[in-house]
Amino acid sequence: MTSISDKNGAGHSLLEAAGLTKIFGSLKACDGIDLTIGTGEIHALLGENGAGKSTLVKMLFGALQPTSGEIGWKGKAVAVANPAMARSLGIGMVFQHFSLFDALTAAENIALSLDEKTDLNTIAAKARDIGRTYGLPVDPDALVGDLSVGERQRIEIIRCLLQNPDLIILDEPTSVLTPQEADLLFVTLERLKSEGKSILYISHRLEEVRRLCDRATVLRHGKVVGQCDPRQETASSLARMMVGSDIHVIERRPNAAPATQSALIEVNGLSQKPRGPFSVPLHDIRLAVNPGEILGIAGVAGNGQGELFEAISGEVLQERPDIVRIRGKDTGRSGISARRRLGAAFVPEERLGHGAVPNMSLTDNLLLSRYATDGKVFLGGGALRLLQQSSLVLAAKRIVAQMDVRKSAENPDASALSGGNLQKFLIGRELDRNPAVLVVNQPTWGVDAGAAAHIRQALVDLARSGSAVIVISQDLDELFEISDRIAAMVHGRLSQSVPIEAMNMERAGLMMGGADAALAHASAGAA
Amino acid sequence: MRVELVRRPQHSALFSALSPFIALFFTLIAGAILFALLGKNPVLALYSYFVEPLTEIWSWHELLVKAAPLILIAVGLSVCFLSNNWNIGAEGQLIMGGIAGSILPVVFPDFQGWYVLPVMLLLGMAGGMAYAAIPAFLKVRFNTNEILTSLMLVYVAQLFLDWIVRGPWRNPQGFNFPETVQFNASAILPEIWASSGRAHWGFVLAIVAALLVWFMLSRTLNGFEIKVLGRSARAGRFAGFSAGRLTFFAFLVSGALAGLAGIAEVSGAVGQLRTTISPGYGFTAIIVAFLGRLNPLGIVAAGLVLALSYLGGEAAQVSLGISEKSARIFQGIILFFVLASDTLIYYRIRFVSRHSDAAAKGA
Repeated sequence: MTSISDKNGAGHSLLEAAGLTKIFGSLKACDGIDLTIGTGEIHALLGENGAGKSTLVKMLFGALQPTSGEIGWKGKAVAVANPAMARSLGIGMVFQHFSLFDALTAAENIALSLDEKTDLNTIAAKARDIGRTYGLPVDPDALVGDLSVGERQRIEIIRCLLQNPDLIILDEPTSVLTPQEADLLFVTLERLKSEGKSILYISHRLEEVRRLCDRATVLRHGKVVGQCDPRQETASSLARMMVGSDIHVIERRPNAAPATQSALIEVNGLSQKPRGPFSVPLHDIRLAVNPGEILGIAGVAGNGQGELFEAISGEVLQERPDIVRIRGKDTGRSGISARRRLGAAFVPEERLGHGAVPNMSLTDNLLLSRYATDGKVFLGGGALRLLQQSSLVLAAKRIVAQMDVRKSAENPDASALSGGNLQKFLIGRELDRNPAVLVVNQPTWGVDAGAAAHIRQALVDLARSGSAVIVISQDLDELFEISDRIAAMVHGRLSQSVPIEAMNMERAGLMMGGADAALAHASAGAA
Repeated sequence: MRVELVRRPQHSALFSALSPFIALFFTLIAGAILFALLGKNPVLALYSYFVEPLTEIWSWHELLVKAAPLILIAVGLSVCFLSNNWNIGAEGQLIMGGIAGSILPVVFPDFQGWYVLPVMLLLGMAGGMAYAAIPAFLKVRFNTNEILTSLMLVYVAQLFLDWIVRGPWRNPQGFNFPETVQFNASAILPEIWASSGRAHWGFVLAIVAALLVWFMLSRTLNGFEIKVLGRSARAGRFAGFSAGRLTFFAFLVSGALAGLAGIAEVSGAVGQLRTTISPGYGFTAIIVAFLGRLNPLGIVAAGLVLALSYLGGEAAQVSLGISEKSARIFQGIILFFVLASDTLIYYRIRFVSRHSDAAAKGA
């Protein structure tokens, strides 16, 4: 099969970009990028956040117009005016954030993206057909709201394949999948490749790039800094190319705190009905985290992690006070400010619009989660509660320096920061208080490798200083790197936690699929 | 073909600041066209509308009389609108404030003294607050749309005023006119400079209210809470702010200020309760709030501009023979251009036609 693709690729390349440049104001997001994608090739696009990957891809897909430079498609120069034109040329794209309507069926969602009016039954039949051919099983009549993230991604891929593209662009496709689901996706991609289709694969997971991709183009600060065959490289040599320096290795001292100490945070039998049509119910969740410990909670997105976070943080109250206990105090009926005053701190998954107000400055966003605990510093004037801008500016400066937050202005709006830098600020905002309990949901989602290492080290250091840390994450590598124990969430249930020494990737995958709990039951029954 | 609004990556700070002036400029242009179509000389018409009322001292006093309720109400509305509470019923809260504040002079006319006026003002605020609490309660408790409930309550208030003035509170010596007794001297809000015109202390109250609310919004945690919850309810919940409590707060503040505007109007400008006590101040104040960019200091300026439109309408009726209702048209045009320029600051217009799609494919 590879020989076919080699033969096709030998003629001329499928896509050739020369000197692509995109300037936003004074920022060169892409600076003279050359990129060649051959026929039947899986080509990796590597780079840290803000390296210009998304900008480049948006230009190829017609969502942005280059400031200068040319795009050649099958040997002819083209100007990709808009995504509709990209699709008609034969370029398809699967975005990182899905654009699906929860309340519609899979087939209806597919119909919405087609330019011509097509009968729903025809679409459903075609979708089944494509699903069978490429190993993408999806029920076209299922409501998207009821589907898992992996299934939603399959709909996006099918939607893309229905246009019969020659080049498929995938933006961080495995970031939402379990290891097993990712394996299935790789099979699909290999099959597409064997049919002579080309794939541009954007990822920062270096292991899977090494496993899957034929060639890699590495971007840094908007420029191409290297082209390589990822199979000839190691993960650390690729990382070095991306970051431009060696990646910091997380330092994990053993947990020095005596194990007999009582837990700093406990959840005792948390059950909760779904609060909306697409919210996940929680069933009898129990956990306890001791001082000095990091509990990692694995799981594929949409299994109740968000609901668990909001229940622990106090954004949603519990039925009984003793369901959530922080430092030995019953807090199930107390709000988030009361829980913060007991020494707990929280960093939600969504940065803009949950952890921060997008169009408010960093100092305002600092006040957002700190006014309740640090009123003495940030508020004055007694009952008037006047904002003390000078202390806010000082504290923001301290956090920016501590977490190495890079920003373009003195006190920019939260939305003006890149995802990784905002996340560093939001985590720094809580660490600055030295919290006794820290609960973080997806700490490094979409954050570049350098910043992610910085954040993980900060979490480990906090735990080793005697705090209890709960990290909810979809990134198993991350959990293995920092956790002392790992549990997994499936359908609103939390598995027993397993010490890191007894964990491996396969077991984690099974736990995330809900299989390990069943096994445990079976063996317990046998014993 | 269809028209799309595409979000601009950055919006211009310059145009954000200029936007009220741009809106006023286009309002004048549109007004000129309107007058020309009516067969009037547009230059003359605009002159008598917007300049003539400012050429005499007494009409400056009238300007302050009209601006006082507009500013008071709009300042309260800015708290509502910034926190995403769409109180459209200030007119009703103004009326209820006027009625509640009139209890002393109408029902207990023998009750006189320096303390009468402060009690009246407080009762007026309480009346407006109580009436604004209804849509707030419905929103918090039943998730009812406050735009509908607050608006519908305006008509209830208008009919209630009509009934109480024609019925139980009618002046027995009033030859059956639908009016209450004239307020006694201690129930009248005094003029600022009685020798030169009618402007009463209501305008001073409006300025004080604007300064206080400006201070709250820009300097206190309370103002911070209003802005956070208005921009992102979820981040507000994460901060530990209560959206329900703030809804009550915003409605009560704006209800109190609208009620204060009502009793100040009744006691300062009219001197008795009639079946109609406001030419739509509660609605015009919505325009004032937006023209002032929801900033209490901007609202003071915007209140004066909109007050001028009322005077201009009266002047145009006398000198041009145009209905004074043309003032309403001007107010509508201003709101239209204010909202349009705000929209265009954040979005640009893109025309997408089937034709150009096809052309793009062919290229």
